[in-house]
Amino acid sequence: MKRRDFLYLTGMGATAAMIPGIPVIGRPIDPERMLESVDPALKKQMADVALNAARSQGATYTDVRIGRYLNQFVVTREDKVQNIVNTESYGMGIRVIANGGWGFAATDKLDNDSIAQAAKLAVSIAKENSRLLTEPVQLAPQKGYGEVSWKAPIEKNAFEVPIKEKADLLLGVNAAAMKSGANYITSLLFLVNEQKYFASTDGSYIDQDIHRIWPAFFITTIDQASGKFETRNSLSTPIGMGYEYLNARPQDKIQSVTSLYKGRYDMLEDAKAAGAQAGEKLKAKSVEPGKYDLILDPSHLWLTIHESVGHPSELDRVLGYEANFAGTSFLTLDKWQSKNFNFGSKLVNIVADKTQVGSLGAVGYDDEGVRCGQWDIIKDGVLVNYQAIRDQAHILGLNASQGCCYADNWSSVQFQRMPNVSLQPGKEKKSPDDLIKGVEKGIFIVGDGSFSIDQQRYNFQFGGQLFYEIKNGKIVGMLRDVAYQSNTQEFWNSCVGIADANDYRLGGSFFDGKGQPSQSSAVSHGSSTARFNGVNVINTSRKI
Amino acid sequence: MTLLTKDEAFALLKKVLAYSKAEECEVNLSGTNSSNIRYARNAVSTSGSISQYQLVVQSAYGKKSGVATINEFDDVSLEKVVRRSEELAQLAPENPEYVSILGPQTYAEPKTFVPATAAITPKMRADLVAESLQVAKDAKAIAAGFLEDNNGFSAMMNSKGLFAYNTSTDTKFSVTVRTEDGKGSGYAIRGYNDITKFNAKEATRIATEKAVKSAAAKGIEPGKYTVILESAAAAVLMERIFFGLDARQADEGRSFLSKAGGGTKLGEKLVDERVNVYSDPLNTDLPTSTWNGDGRPQERVTWIEKGVIKNLSYSRYWAEKKGVKAVPGPDAAIMEGGTKTLEELIAGTKKGILVTKLWYIRDVDPQTLLLTGLTRDGTFYIENGKIQYPIKNFRFNESPIIMLNNLEELGKVERTVSTESNQNYLLPPMKIRDFTFSSLSDAV
Repeated sequence: MKRRDFLYLTGMGATAAMIPGIPVIGRPIDPERMLESVDPALKKQMADVALNAARSQGATYTDVRIGRYLNQFVVTREDKVQNIVNTESYGMGIRVIANGGWGFAATDKLDNDSIAQAAKLAVSIAKENSRLLTEPVQLAPQKGYGEVSWKAPIEKNAFEVPIKEKADLLLGVNAAAMKSGANYITSLLFLVNEQKYFASTDGSYIDQDIHRIWPAFFITTIDQASGKFETRNSLSTPIGMGYEYLNARPQDKIQSVTSLYKGRYDMLEDAKAAGAQAGEKLKAKSVEPGKYDLILDPSHLWLTIHESVGHPSELDRVLGYEANFAGTSFLTLDKWQSKNFNFGSKLVNIVADKTQVGSLGAVGYDDEGVRCGQWDIIKDGVLVNYQAIRDQAHILGLNASQGCCYADNWSSVQFQRMPNVSLQPGKEKKSPDDLIKGVEKGIFIVGDGSFSIDQQRYNFQFGGQLFYEIKNGKIVGMLRDVAYQSNTQEFWNSCVGIADANDYRLGGSFFDGKGQPSQSSAVSHGSSTARFNGVNVINTSRKI
Repeated sequence: MTLLTKDEAFALLKKVLAYSKAEECEVNLSGTNSSNIRYARNAVSTSGSISQYQLVVQSAYGKKSGVATINEFDDVSLEKVVRRSEELAQLAPENPEYVSILGPQTYAEPKTFVPATAAITPKMRADLVAESLQVAKDAKAIAAGFLEDNNGFSAMMNSKGLFAYNTSTDTKFSVTVRTEDGKGSGYAIRGYNDITKFNAKEATRIATEKAVKSAAAKGIEPGKYTVILESAAAAVLMERIFFGLDARQADEGRSFLSKAGGGTKLGEKLVDERVNVYSDPLNTDLPTSTWNGDGRPQERVTWIEKGVIKNLSYSRYWAEKKGVKAVPGPDAAIMEGGTKTLEELIAGTKKGILVTKLWYIRDVDPQTLLLTGLTRDGTFYIENGKIQYPIKNFRFNESPIIMLNNLEELGKVERTVSTESNQNYLLPPMKIRDFTFSSLSDAV
């Protein structure tokens, strides 16, 4: 959806500028309909119409995805509810192989004639394009699972919570932030329920129910005299949970420079702290550029993992399928084949996982009917694997897909997307404080901020939310204007310490963008706090 | 899917409004056909087509409003969607920022629909891709690209008598060509309302040439350099200014257009006096809709004149509060340029760097509009008026405001597309001194 449509749909106007591009796919509906679902028997019937129609047109393989995608947004600023939006997107996408090539068509009209027509269009597109193939599509074998289902293990369906309760929570958060010094705050709850049905000519009929939630706020504090302003965003993460995410218990909190959250989130507490911290940032010392040892909190490190490990190990990028948009990758096949490419220090173990409970990427089966699992990408610092789907598995010598196929909507064609990719905790007993104690000159970074990386994933630059100067093993005060630049391989080789499993936390995003037309995918990245030595820090302050 | 004509849309919307019992009701109706074809590794990878209709009804009682939607158009469904929006409005909390719907407006006749673009077939798409692939294959290079086309209509009507209707077509093409050894990469992007203006061979030839010429790049020290930004590279920086013209942000003190001590920089000179930026929905080279999503007419607006901020954009709520005209933000922007071609700009450069594309642009500091990102797909060192050799990509940290204060020269305006937002613009290539590159990248 285009930016303009988004602004109109949500009516947030200028406030939207403060919120990182939230795409809204779907049309508004009555909130009560959010609790309904479509009978799998009816979905099977519709899927069979498509499978049969495509087969009769000459398709040699067909898969059908019937998707009902539900979103709810509750958006407030300061003392008012700005918008409540409930959207539904319901329809069918049909993907076929004919004459050795892929074709895809989608329809939101789900009568038999419209389904058959869409199947026919998908086959005709596949045939038309087959003359432009260099080799036919080669699919890894996949057995049919018959009629199966999977549901995200949530405790409380957030769509069942009355809107008023949600609005009251956000208005309370806003009041707390304003009381502690914020001039402006926008807060929101973004709920997702994907009701997905997959059927294929392999004989699978898979019904899945996926839930995600993202509570967030964005604070600005202004020093009118100087005209300076600072922002502080929430330290929450989008997560694959129900409303229970917002019910933080004492064991879910980590006491640090500010409260940090493990598995559950206390929005009110974070907002109160954030209101004061935005003001503190205005008065903080501007960083002296140079080399620093960085201690990176998981609320920050997830994004560095995402950009510098998750993306370069996507096999479609490695092969060149994303060359025209997201880019290619420095992790070329020869580096993997050598079995000794030194990606990072020996401490660095990175695992791909589509099953991790509570993660954004967790599903039972991917969008081409493959049961999900986990595997190593970086083992003891060495590149050992990628992320692949059915038509790529043979390139890695695999006889099955790794289950990384995803489409963000029934109307989008599925393709290779990143699973949860996470840094494994350190094996030695070590806390974040233990890591800080050993640092002479360093910076402790909390929360994600500005991010940018090149198209082959070598050179990156990251900001954050909160920066604390470390001198001789102690945090001595807040810094501002901080960003660090590094090279992926150098950075991961400078990793000299990782806290143990007690500190392991998930971060993530609803908006990982890839593909043309661009699609958004939700993905989590876990880690414990980690230390990186001698990283180049720049000062981002300018005058205009 | 055939698009509804103006008369058909009018009749349908009239019928929907007849069911309304709310104090205010506004109905939006749209239909789109979107198709695309994608290729990589010199072969087609994915391709698809989708058609969708949507009817959105907003009902309001005082400052309480509700929205409902449907994609079925029989009488029962139409009445149902109106009732549902009314029920939702009754349940909604009061929004103090709700502004009453607009009365009848006058709109200029838009120029956004080109029948040839609406008539593209899967065969034509495949033929265009075949032409593009042939250029790359002839040069023993590897192409990846994307062609998409959209045609659609949108209409709105409300209980105060406003009616608006528009049809539009749009096509976008981009291609990245890489040398077989992966050492060179070049890019081209094109966007048109009219597919007949598109030449797949020409665009792919340019990308191929850049790929071949950029191979085996040398690393030079990061630092401040004179740069020539091709229009596509300039677009991704300039649009951050266009997106940041909102008056409320500036009034609230949290924009690069806010002033120390309060107030905004409206009316102040912010950049070099050769900078002139405006939007005009009737520009024949960049036609856009003559009305925006809430029914306000889109007219020609001057945003920057001789370096001075002349207008800010307003939501209807903020304009009412401030007692000013509610000028909507631009759908596309036009920047005036000079007379020189890109080659002439290069010829007049003693030492500098030609930047053909910028990538992964992100805000670093909203206060100064400091951005970061990298060069990509062909960066070249210029000395004594000539391109000397390809250079490795750089990361930059630069603000477009600072950049436009370091303006050396503007070239001839051309239509281009932002690789970040997919928006179309009319922009010149520009020569800038002291552009800040902060580190090197090995990426090709």
